[in-house]
Amino acid sequence: MTYTIEGRTGPWELVIGLEVHAQVISQSKLFSGAATAFGAEPNSQVSFIDAGFPGMLPVINQECVAQAVRTGLGLNAKVNLWSRFDRKNYFYADLPQGYQISQFAHPIIGEGAVEITLADGTVKSIGITRLHLEQDAGKSLHDQHPSKSFIDLNRSGVALMEIVSEPDMRSPEEAGAYLSKLRQILRYLGTCDGNMDEGSMRADVNVSVRKAGEGYRTRCEVKNVNSIRFVMQAVEAEARRQIEVWEDGGEVVQETRLFDTSRGTTRSMRSKEDAHDYRYFPEPDLPPLVLESDWVEALKAALPELPDARRARYVAMGLSPYDAHVLTLEKETAVFFEAVAKGRDAKTVANWLTGDFFAHLNKRGVGIEESPVPAADLGALIDLIADKTINGKIAKDVLEIMFEEGKTPAAIVEARGLKQVTDTGAIDAAVDKVLAANAGQVEQYKAGKVTLFGFFVGQTMKALQGKGNPALVNEVLKAKLGG
Amino acid sequence: MHPTDFTLAGALAALEEGAISSVELTQAHLDGIAKLNPRLNAYITVTAEKALAQAAESDARRKRGEARALEGIPLAIKDLFCTAGTETTAGSRILKGFVPPYESTVSQKLLDDGAVFLGKANLDEFAMGSSNTTSAAGPVENPWSRANDPDTRLVPGGSSGGSAAAVAARMALGATATDTGGSIRQPAAFCGIAGIKPTYGRCSRFGIVAFASSLDQAGPVARTVEDCALLLTSMAGFDPKDSTSADIAVPNFAAACRRGVKGLRIGVPKEYRLDGLAPEIGALWDQGLAWLREQGAETVEISLPHTKYALPTYYIVAPAEASSNLARYDGVRFGSRVTEPGSDLRDLYERTRAAGFGAEVKRRIMIGTYVLSAGYYDAYYLKAQKIRALIRRDFEEAFKQVDAIVTPATPSAAFGMDEKQDDPVTMYLNDVFTVTANLAGLPGLAVPAGLDGQGLPLGLQVIGKAFDEESVFAVGHAIERAANFTAAPGLRAGA
Repeated sequence: MTYTIEGRTGPWELVIGLEVHAQVISQSKLFSGAATAFGAEPNSQVSFIDAGFPGMLPVINQECVAQAVRTGLGLNAKVNLWSRFDRKNYFYADLPQGYQISQFAHPIIGEGAVEITLADGTVKSIGITRLHLEQDAGKSLHDQHPSKSFIDLNRSGVALMEIVSEPDMRSPEEAGAYLSKLRQILRYLGTCDGNMDEGSMRADVNVSVRKAGEGYRTRCEVKNVNSIRFVMQAVEAEARRQIEVWEDGGEVVQETRLFDTSRGTTRSMRSKEDAHDYRYFPEPDLPPLVLESDWVEALKAALPELPDARRARYVAMGLSPYDAHVLTLEKETAVFFEAVAKGRDAKTVANWLTGDFFAHLNKRGVGIEESPVPAADLGALIDLIADKTINGKIAKDVLEIMFEEGKTPAAIVEARGLKQVTDTGAIDAAVDKVLAANAGQVEQYKAGKVTLFGFFVGQTMKALQGKGNPALVNEVLKAKLGG
Repeated sequence: MHPTDFTLAGALAALEEGAISSVELTQAHLDGIAKLNPRLNAYITVTAEKALAQAAESDARRKRGEARALEGIPLAIKDLFCTAGTETTAGSRILKGFVPPYESTVSQKLLDDGAVFLGKANLDEFAMGSSNTTSAAGPVENPWSRANDPDTRLVPGGSSGGSAAAVAARMALGATATDTGGSIRQPAAFCGIAGIKPTYGRCSRFGIVAFASSLDQAGPVARTVEDCALLLTSMAGFDPKDSTSADIAVPNFAAACRRGVKGLRIGVPKEYRLDGLAPEIGALWDQGLAWLREQGAETVEISLPHTKYALPTYYIVAPAEASSNLARYDGVRFGSRVTEPGSDLRDLYERTRAAGFGAEVKRRIMIGTYVLSAGYYDAYYLKAQKIRALIRRDFEEAFKQVDAIVTPATPSAAFGMDEKQDDPVTMYLNDVFTVTANLAGLPGLAVPAGLDGQGLPLGLQVIGKAFDEESVFAVGHAIERAANFTAAPGLRAGA
């Protein structure tokens, strides 16, 4: 079913393409040795190259090139062994050279594809047009002084990958799924941290609308959207705006727009007429970038397992597709899962992780990498269930105490005397007591109201302070109730 | 003999023998500068105190037996090279007051070899010009004058006019220079000295204020070919800070000077016999070729068919790159800033750049911006790149037959400071013989070969294969020896 938005004149289809700017994880900048750490004092990570001083020349950072190649390989894309840098010329106070060194005509990575999975389980392939390397600009701060603008060049020269998709997405959901899949792949690869709120990943969203069966209509570009949710909102808002323009007899003009997150609408930033003429030309300070195929092959061989492969492996281990999906969303989760699942039943581990464990993390608002309960302790807890030291119900309580007190499950079980009662004598006595105290219910049960069995189990467990071995309790009850 | 009359090689020998100290040598040049610079304006900045301190240090080092290749040799540094702690202006108002905290690789190499820096040599603004009349520090005067018209002040050529005039007037033993379309060779020829633009990539461009990155190349000017060879040996070499510098070993260029030309095949491009070429220049060219034949070389007519497109190609490529390279002079981070209270960023740019750049620089920024603009890029920039490739191929073909090419260095001798100033295109024609080597990235040497009827120096040019400066030096040295050029300008230190 094609997603459509209903206008006055009927349904409209959406056509969406994304240009994602992803900051490369690297110690130093794309063309200088300056550091790239986030949050440093303004202008403390700036070389003379980044500040565009006279006579300064760029020198390519090999690690940034390797990161771009890894990303290309992770996107199943063509690695261009010959690529070239170009200058994109424009004036701005936070662009010290007066041009950005980018790759216009010959990007390092060519066509590729990303598979997205939608809520209804549909799998769709989104084409990647290209990926190129470029340097970031600095930052203008307009709110530090009543009449002056301040410039922070820490970001100036930091390596970015611009990843351009084909206009293959047809709904806000697909756009969101694509961006989150892209983010997931980059994080798995370790080529971008994907921190959208720190600006290390941001998207320009191209949107147009059309009637079924039409070619493309004019598109608009919504610049610098910095969360997956906002991308989905921006797509919808911009599509609705365009539908209204068309239905009012107007014409959508190609322009750059901004998404106003508080109002949930887009507004014009600049039209095609005032678009910059960037006067691209080959960067004469850098020879073409030539990669050796052996080097690319070595990077390929060393690539980490990617989410799709990992998910398939989990399904093969016996996990449901849904659990496999959830556990592979973040690399850290998958790593945690595998640490616990090693030598244990994967399905049981997945249930514990996606159930109570995630609930405790969510309650505390922490990610799995900051979990107060380490993987080894969760594993030990599951072992205590497996060897019948405790039952599942008690285990849930133990996990809660682990989160609160940070002790090992064995210590908690020991200190609180939570060991499962497997002594049939004790269970016999408890059952006898329960049956004696509830003679009326025993009557009813024997008269055919078998649903009362659960009641007797509950009462017996209560009498055993929850520590009864459930199987034994069942067994004894059945026997005594004349089963 | 006056200390400023030494050649660089001669001064090195005298220093080694203890006949003179670096302090004496440096002081003699500073005296010459004090006397002549007020008129010639060859230096923008003179760093006398620093120079004497360096010289004293150098003398001490030599005494300890630690003399290096250029120990104690006083040089002028073109004010396009960034020098740590010394103002570097590129001859522009927009860089007024800019004191780099870093040293260019080339000047650092000279310092590392023991050179003494006398100061910063004048130049055309951002190295754009052929007469050294576009400098914000004022024009440089050529120390030579016409025999029958001594009152007409002549240009030294450009853009390295200050470097060439300083060396010709004995205000330095040698100087650094840069060449984008002829800026080493044309002023060298106008001032009766030698100068070489080495192969593109031979010298690092790190720390040199960029004009046109794909064409710019540093090189030396000095009074003899051998002196140029000594300087280039120090200046050249791979630099990891310049991605376009070549990782190729630097040979001993001075040794190559003495190789001789016996058996070399010398190309004579027929397309360089321009209509209206001054008869004196044509005759000198023929004379030069005859000298080479006398020393055992063979001269061969060759064809460089795309020569006539070289100047227009150059005046697209160079301004295009310059328009981008000069975007960083915006008044935001360094150099001069012109602004009005309450004005915006655009206004800051406009005022700063309007006040900071001179007319020739503005003209080239506008040309460059135009040829890169949407809709014009293919017709101008892209086409120029294609022709540039053809020009390069012309040379590759020619060098299958010959070892070096000899041409005139310039189409005329030095002209008056008021001449050729009305029409920029007339000025651009000065580079007609030299731009091809820049477009093809080849080494080109200018060597003084004679005087014209007015007693002004004329030079010949030797062009070589990429990274074969050795043959260029050998041929240049052979011409120099045969020409026995001993004339000196009227204005000179020690005269």
